[in-house]
Amino acid sequence: MKNPLDSLWWTILLGVVLTGVLYYLAQMLVAQSAAT
Amino acid sequence: MLSDAILRWLHVLAGIMWIGLLYFFNFVNAAAVKEATAAGEAAPISKYVMPRALLFFRWGAVVTWIFGAALLGSMTAANGMNGFAAAFALQSNMAPIGIGAWLGTIMLVNVWTFIWRNQKKILGFVPATDEEKAKARRVAFLASRVNTMLSIPMLFFMVTGPHQSIYH
Repeated sequence: MKNPLDSLWWTILLGVVLTGVLYYLAQMLVAQSAAT
Repeated sequence: MLSDAILRWLHVLAGIMWIGLLYFFNFVNAAAVKEATAAGEAAPISKYVMPRALLFFRWGAVVTWIFGAALLGSMTAANGMNGFAAAFALQSNMAPIGIGAWLGTIMLVNVWTFIWRNQKKILGFVPATDEEKAKARRVAFLASRVNTMLSIPMLFFMVTGPHQSIYH
């Protein structure tokens, strides 16, 4: 199977998806800090 | 404070140097080298462009990290911790910029280990067989693509870190 990072468009898409996942994580971390 | 503004300014200036060259490598140079190699004309790029570009690229990464770390260190988190410690511990209001800081740190390590070490073989700065050069080319390419991918969330957390409202 071809590595998705061989394609620039896949690289960008993976970056955008990772941004969404990490944004969700950041929201959880901030909420957790506010609650303690 | 003026010192914070200066640290932020220098961090962004160096960051543009670093990430600008990363995007040059991935959006322009990789395709250009591929075409030039097929035409037997890639040697001038390797000889005149890459050594200069990689010099500013790898040291731009270091300078970006140092000014970023200094900027974080000059801050105080909402829980009273030092900004640098709170960011890397993903604590309090520094958690979002901390994610960006971790991504930037991973990218810096990637530059100096996987990219630069392999580029030295590709460009002939250290001796390598053709087989080793081929392997180095692949590893450096993928490491550069990983950094391009990581730069997208890294820049998101860098620019949104000071805007806490989007995290509530």
